[in-house]
Amino acid sequence: MLIRKIEDSLGQRARVFLGFLGGITTLAFQTICLTMTPPYKRRRIFEQSKKAGVDSFLIVSLIAFFIGVIFSFQIAYLMRQLSAEMYIASIVALSIVRELGPVITALIVAGRVGASITAELGSMQVTEQIDALTTLATNPIKYLVVPRFVSLSLMLPLLTVFADMVGILGGWLICVFKLGIPSKMYMTIAFDSLQFKDLFTGLVKAMFFGMIIAFVSCYEGFNVEGGAEGVGKATTQSVVISFILIIACDCFFTALFYFIFP
Amino acid sequence: MRTIEIRHVTKCFNTKRVLNDVNLTVEKGSTLVVIGRSGCGKSVLLKHMMGILQPDAGSVLIDGRDLWQLAPKDLNELRMHMNMVFQGGALFDSLTVGENVGFELIEHYGMTGVQLFERVEEALSLVGLSGIGNLMPSELSGGMRKRVALARAICIKPEIILYDEPTTGIDPITADAINELIRSLHDKLNVTSIVVTHDMKSAYKVADRIAMLFNGKIIAEGTAREIQNTTHPVVHQFINGLAKGPITEATDSFI
Repeated sequence: MLIRKIEDSLGQRARVFLGFLGGITTLAFQTICLTMTPPYKRRRIFEQSKKAGVDSFLIVSLIAFFIGVIFSFQIAYLMRQLSAEMYIASIVALSIVRELGPVITALIVAGRVGASITAELGSMQVTEQIDALTTLATNPIKYLVVPRFVSLSLMLPLLTVFADMVGILGGWLICVFKLGIPSKMYMTIAFDSLQFKDLFTGLVKAMFFGMIIAFVSCYEGFNVEGGAEGVGKATTQSVVISFILIIACDCFFTALFYFIFP
Repeated sequence: MRTIEIRHVTKCFNTKRVLNDVNLTVEKGSTLVVIGRSGCGKSVLLKHMMGILQPDAGSVLIDGRDLWQLAPKDLNELRMHMNMVFQGGALFDSLTVGENVGFELIEHYGMTGVQLFERVEEALSLVGLSGIGNLMPSELSGGMRKRVALARAICIKPEIILYDEPTTGIDPITADAINELIRSLHDKLNVTSIVVTHDMKSAYKVADRIAMLFNGKIIAEGTAREIQNTTHPVVHQFINGLAKGPITEATDSFI
């Protein structure tokens, strides 16, 4: 009896998971096809870019700054024991540009913008606005998903560049004013340790994170059921799934780039 | 003007069969009212006619063309000649009333400026709401939202209009004005209309024919007079709003 229940539960979960996988793959495929199909509504892409990028700039900068500060302190703790404080700058710069910048930016945007997209599309779904779009001979994916997909794919790398700079600045603040490392030396070591491939891999990851946020948040919004409660559930689910997929995708790309750019 | 045919349409949601082998024909330029209890599948039937929902079995034909055999582009082309008024209005929250009403003109015809303003105002004045183009939907009452939705539906002068409970939740005077509008669109523009409602006063006023949906099937169809004089016990109970009768005694045994 218990085994049967466990089997049923696992079967149900497998069905839900496969349904999600199929649904999000279909949505991703349709979105990419429709992105390349005219007409291109630039105004909507600008609107979404403002919401996703410009409006997130302050919070991304603030958190990246704190991460830079915290990270410098933690590295300094270890490096002091080894009498190798001069390496703090290069470790901070490399970690932020290759890893922390893209991931922290993506997690902030998933929580802030992804949740808002799911809530907005979910509300549209329960109030039949998405059906109304269809009746008005407008493809809801073209109208709603494509601008969000394009803007998030472009804005995530841009925000990541800002997060990288502010994060390195946070490290500079600690190194210069707390650890007594000369400002010029910090900058020289930090930027000398960086290569183009470090920035490139970080930005490629950021672009994929943007796509993940767009697809997950739109998919969850489109599949809301059950009114306001459903919108709440979908929003939570959207953030949780985005977080998991961002970290999983980061793991994949880190391993991939390790072999491609050894 | 276009004909709508519903042929052997069946639709299930999970284990519940909402439509069960439904057959219905709406002649060009006529108004069909579909009546039935709340939750009996009237709106689902309407969404099949618009191509929003795909039937599990059967087909929906507009002028002999099966909606689900058409390419997406052709289906959208066909939808440019149809429109639907949703129960809650389904106005886009992020757009102004004017942008909502002129949505298709902006999106598909690239209309702007004075020409757009005139068309939007014309549609809004038909529903008695001229001059509110700059308001947001959140600033409107329920009745006004419904009328704006109606203005959006008629703005492109469609040949088919589907109405989902157009008079539910609004005051009797506005409801009568909407009934008059549906009737005048039929009389002046020869629009083919399908109205889903359980408001019998509205049904008698606008209908050329009335069909009743019960337990997933069309159980009666006829003119308003024929429906009023029916001996069918289910229809009789429904149109007279009786608490006791076969509808309330019936269980959901058809599932």
